Amino acid sequence: MGICIEGFRTCFKIGLFTLGGGYAMIPIMQREVVDRHKWLSEEDFLDIISLSQALPGVFAVNMSAYIGYRLKGVLGAILFALGTVLPSFIIILLIALCFHNYSQWHWLEAIFKGVRPAVVALIAVPCVRMWKTAGIKLTTVWVPVLTALLIWLVGISPVWIIVAVVVGAYLYGRVLKMEDKEDGL
Amino acid sequence: MIFLQLFYVFFIIGLFGFGGGYAMISMIQGEVVTHYHWLTTQEFTDIVAVSQMTPGPIGINTATFAGYRAVVNAGYPPMMGAMGSALATFAEVLPQFLLMIIVLRMLMKYWEHPVKKMIFSALRPTIVGLIAAASLLLMTPENFSSMAVSPWQFCISIFLFSATFIGIFCFNVSPIRMICLCGVAGFLLYY
Repeated sequence: MGICIEGFRTCFKIGLFTLGGGYAMIPIMQREVVDRHKWLSEEDFLDIISLSQALPGVFAVNMSAYIGYRLKGVLGAILFALGTVLPSFIIILLIALCFHNYSQWHWLEAIFKGVRPAVVALIAVPCVRMWKTAGIKLTTVWVPVLTALLIWLVGISPVWIIVAVVVGAYLYGRVLKMEDKEDGL
Repeated sequence: MIFLQLFYVFFIIGLFGFGGGYAMISMIQGEVVTHYHWLTTQEFTDIVAVSQMTPGPIGINTATFAGYRAVVNAGYPPMMGAMGSALATFAEVLPQFLLMIIVLRMLMKYWEHPVKKMIFSALRPTIVGLIAAASLLLMTPENFSSMAVSPWQFCISIFLFSATFIGIFCFNVSPIRMICLCGVAGFLLYY
């Protein structure tokens, strides 16, 4: 139970500081979940991102539900996801109830002019940091580079790239590595 | 009636919303603004702007806001609006939550299976590329300004970007602290 409460608290904190979309959450979550609480290994953490990206819905909720489920089953998933959703829910509800001319908040806009470049840096950090964990060597360095270029310049949806890699790896595993037909997947 | 509609619309959005918040925006707009007229285009633009200025996933922010407006516009008091907010947000999160549990249940069975391990180890370098693309896509004039429009803001942006990167990567400063520091810097420099 302790881990559920701690997880709710951690996710609430992460939800409160996730500015600029789900990806900005990655370094904050990594620090809390992998470095501080040691709930998951760095490989596990990368796998969370793949699965969260492959499924529909809000990325941040997928990530926290996954982590909660791995740690404490369905109850963990509910509490972790609730913790992530609650801060933004409360803030937007307050805005909807109390404020109307939010486009006139110049001080908030000023703060965000400073925060936005920082958010981009926040997303750039895990790329470099995960390099080793992801098993990128000289022979595989083309994979992340090609992925980044396809998404950035060609505009292909990340979902299709993940689907292609899964199908490719599955076929490769089937055809080249597994000859025994007994254990099916 | 309005509550049933809200639940249905946001359930569908949650179920088919692939590719994260920004990809979901146009889908939400299509349902909430064009089809059901719960929000005006102006209100929708405002809420997208507010979502970028407040913490949290944009999909959640829009569901919360649209849920409130839809119920209040239908003639209910604000307290019922808060119920609409909760319902829309819950409906949006529900399908992905159920899917995640189902997929994980299935995956757990094959956790140590060599094919599963192979698929995930092939995905890992791909994900690094995916994150790289996300940060490249955000390096826009909207986030950094540009040399032509405002050299002052552009230089500050580059500085804050580098400071955050170095702070987190080399000195292991907490990302939350870096965000707060940059917010303070923005307030002092631009306001």
